[in-house]
Amino acid sequence: MTDKQRLLIVGNGPVGHQFIESIVESGQSDQFDITVIGEEPRHAYDRVHLTAWFETREAASLNMVKEGFYQDNGITALSNEKVITIDRDAKIASTDKGQQYAYDKLILSTGSFPFVPPVPGHDRKNCFVYRTIEDLEAITAAAANAKVGAVVGGGLLGLEAAKAIKDLGLKTHVIEFAPRLMAVQVDEGGGALLRRKIEDLGVSVHTQKNTQQIIDGDECVHKLQFADGAELETDILVFSAGIRPQDALARQCELDVGERGGIVINDSCQTSDPAIYAIGECALWGGRIYGLIAPGWDMARVAADHVLGGIEQKTFTGADMSTKLKLMGVDVASIGDAHATTAGAKCYTFIDEKAEVYKKIVVTNDGQHLLGAVLIGEANDYGTLLQFALNKITLPEQPEGMILPSLDGSAGVGLGVDALPDVAQICSCNNVSKGDLCAAVQGGAMTVGDLKACTKAATTCGGCTALVGQVLNAELTKMGVEVNTDLCEHFPYTRQEIYHLVRVGEIKSFDELLEKHGSGHGCEICKPTAASILASCWNDYILEPKHASLQDTNDRFLANMQKNGTYSVVPRMAGGEVTPDGLIAVGQVAKKYNLYTKITGGQRVDLFGATLDQLPRIWEELISAGFESGHAYGKSLRTVKSCVGSTWCRYGVQDSVGKAIDLENRYKGLRSPHKLKMAVSGCTRECAEAQSKDVGVIATEKGWNLYLCGNGGMKPRHADLFASDIDTDTMIKYIDRFLMFYVRTADRLQRTSVWMENLEGGLNYLRKVIIDDSLGICADLEAEMEHVVDTYQCEWKTTVENPEKVKQFRSFVNADKSDKEIVFIQERGQIRPASEAEKIADTDLIAVA
Amino acid sequence: MSWTTICKLDDILPNTGVAALIDETQVAIFRVNDAIYALANKDPFSNANVLSRGIVCSIQGTLVVASPIYKQHFSLEAGKCLEDDSVSIASYEARTEGDSVQIRISH
Repeated sequence: MTDKQRLLIVGNGPVGHQFIESIVESGQSDQFDITVIGEEPRHAYDRVHLTAWFETREAASLNMVKEGFYQDNGITALSNEKVITIDRDAKIASTDKGQQYAYDKLILSTGSFPFVPPVPGHDRKNCFVYRTIEDLEAITAAAANAKVGAVVGGGLLGLEAAKAIKDLGLKTHVIEFAPRLMAVQVDEGGGALLRRKIEDLGVSVHTQKNTQQIIDGDECVHKLQFADGAELETDILVFSAGIRPQDALARQCELDVGERGGIVINDSCQTSDPAIYAIGECALWGGRIYGLIAPGWDMARVAADHVLGGIEQKTFTGADMSTKLKLMGVDVASIGDAHATTAGAKCYTFIDEKAEVYKKIVVTNDGQHLLGAVLIGEANDYGTLLQFALNKITLPEQPEGMILPSLDGSAGVGLGVDALPDVAQICSCNNVSKGDLCAAVQGGAMTVGDLKACTKAATTCGGCTALVGQVLNAELTKMGVEVNTDLCEHFPYTRQEIYHLVRVGEIKSFDELLEKHGSGHGCEICKPTAASILASCWNDYILEPKHASLQDTNDRFLANMQKNGTYSVVPRMAGGEVTPDGLIAVGQVAKKYNLYTKITGGQRVDLFGATLDQLPRIWEELISAGFESGHAYGKSLRTVKSCVGSTWCRYGVQDSVGKAIDLENRYKGLRSPHKLKMAVSGCTRECAEAQSKDVGVIATEKGWNLYLCGNGGMKPRHADLFASDIDTDTMIKYIDRFLMFYVRTADRLQRTSVWMENLEGGLNYLRKVIIDDSLGICADLEAEMEHVVDTYQCEWKTTVENPEKVKQFRSFVNADKSDKEIVFIQERGQIRPASEAEKIADTDLIAVA
Repeated sequence: MSWTTICKLDDILPNTGVAALIDETQVAIFRVNDAIYALANKDPFSNANVLSRGIVCSIQGTLVVASPIYKQHFSLEAGKCLEDDSVSIASYEARTEGDSVQIRISH
């Protein structure tokens, strides 16, 4: 017998899931029997980023339900099952599988369905909507045999769909009934600029087109006929003409619904039946449907709070519908009263036709407060403007300064985050206020990455990242935390600053750097850092006498030190390719020196157990067999992993091995803030796991997709898709620039993944720097990389050819012996280091070969 | 015990160390500018004979070597571990005689 309340959630989308998470987060989920029923084949996933599915074609990447979430919290989650009737008197829901579920409280989060205009022919084949992963899969399948695609609807989602169709390689049209794109959010001037930018990308835009019927085409599958007599042919058609609330269940059980649909709710999100709540796009509050994710999540939190007894007395009182997004690479933002409909409202507009930027602000009649704004082409001011509007902050005397570019190079008017009240919402997607962020900083968060992890701020759309950073810095300063970014006690500079000092001052040695900019003798922090920077800039042989004493453990002897003081040796096998003779030679060396042999994760062979004095001899033999240093010891490029590619594979579309070898040979030896890994996959099946690498390349039929800043290891990060379908020269150019920009700006031992997480402006900023050359540094970055490539040397070849260098590898300066305390045990046919106990027992110990 | 000549000063690169074998004792010898220091070569945290291969540092004015295995610091003068008061390693007398490096191990 259970006295638990039965909660039944109908609809397992992002909003339904937020409701469940809110209940779980309250810590009281054990008082409920929770069941969620979804009609889709999978549990809640991130519909906001639906288009991102095209990057990976993996539904898992959009999944919103943490592994084990349902099991750990005792939640029953049913998919592929649809509730078809609700008996409100008996409090029972019945499904299409004939199941019945009793409830005490019912939550309807059924979302919306895409509106398909009832024009004749709308149900022909290859006509789609854009709502679920299944829709995207169907569009992708149809696109394989299509040349032209058209989207009916030029709103936000329509443009997303157009981008997807464009990316599938189709000639793309957007058809809009209104006189401009994104008519709801954008005014006429902004719409005109947006149209031009979208057309520049090769998408044809047709406005003021009223589709009358769809019939067989002459060239393509369909022909659309418009009211003005025009026609358009297309092979596939996607309807994105708005959404309608999915309120069929509410109608069936006779809850109050709005005239034009939507389940009527009160401020607690209850429907006309107090035991039933409605949240998200199916709900009608104040006569309005909220078709954005943030208000949906707000409703979910309110409903959860009410179900829990109203502990926090949350209410839903409407939501701000401001949005900022990137459509086909174009920044678009709309705030508040974008169309200046408020009585007496005044507008300021700034248009830069050359840079294709449009900005408008709408202010109150007295010029004191901001009512709304439209930003197209550049939306960096969105966060600031939104705060002015939401918090009714008094505008500066000349409000136009908010959108005018600064001509004298001074910083714009901007907004000190100090001006914001604690309740100011910084991240609207995840409902994080300035106060929440400040509390997290006081609780120990020190970086934007920390704040993302503990508050979820800036983790959904990312529009508030810069503002989160400003709050962080202001709060740290206020706490008197001197953010000490000094490298160490010897240098009062960050790694980035030292890099510039070295580069600009043409400093060629650590002694010179210490004399000019540091103090003391240096340490194990600053010496290897300086060694790495000097190598990145000038690329001298790292064991030159002036550099040798700086090198970290592994670089010092060009091998990887293991726990017993022996080393492991890794010859380079670019792209993981090795000839049988090469493999035999490696095997012979391993056998001769009795080395433990293991295949690495980077597709090469690691030989363990070499003593210091054996290293030059081993390398002499490896070099004469045609090998060179694998730099496994360096904070530098390790390997470029590859799948076998089109040369052998039935599915490959490009020669991934050849490309991996080219990349490895180009970037081998580059010293960087941390190690670098790359991979090249020959097709979208991604067998080389390129999306877990710092630089990942995946072949497409038209070229290469370039992914950046992924990581496996301790804190895995999926790489970001940086550029699509680029040719080899463009790819090399981007990688050159990316690597040198990372080398310039990263902290010591900061992998590209963490660097990216902390990069203000994130991926979009990186694209601007590397693709658009927004900082004007790309020529320098390329020249710097060219120097490194041109001055490459195999460090082991240089070493073994120089008897003075070889002498550095003696185990003892005064005796021609090995360290006899190094002993091994035989295990699985190979050696391993003996433990201390085994050394004392002194049985079956094996000495150095 | 008397002084043992180990090597020439030029055999040790400035601000680095070398390992030497004196009878059965492994000694780490460091050269900082032209001064010489000698410690046990065994890193007590890993029991590997590696300290001669560590980076020579100054921490708050004290000359130390950082173990190449787990990075603890040992003072070059006295062998004291900076991270753990209870740990110290043997230090030996060291000097240069002309261009020779000499060590004395007293028992």
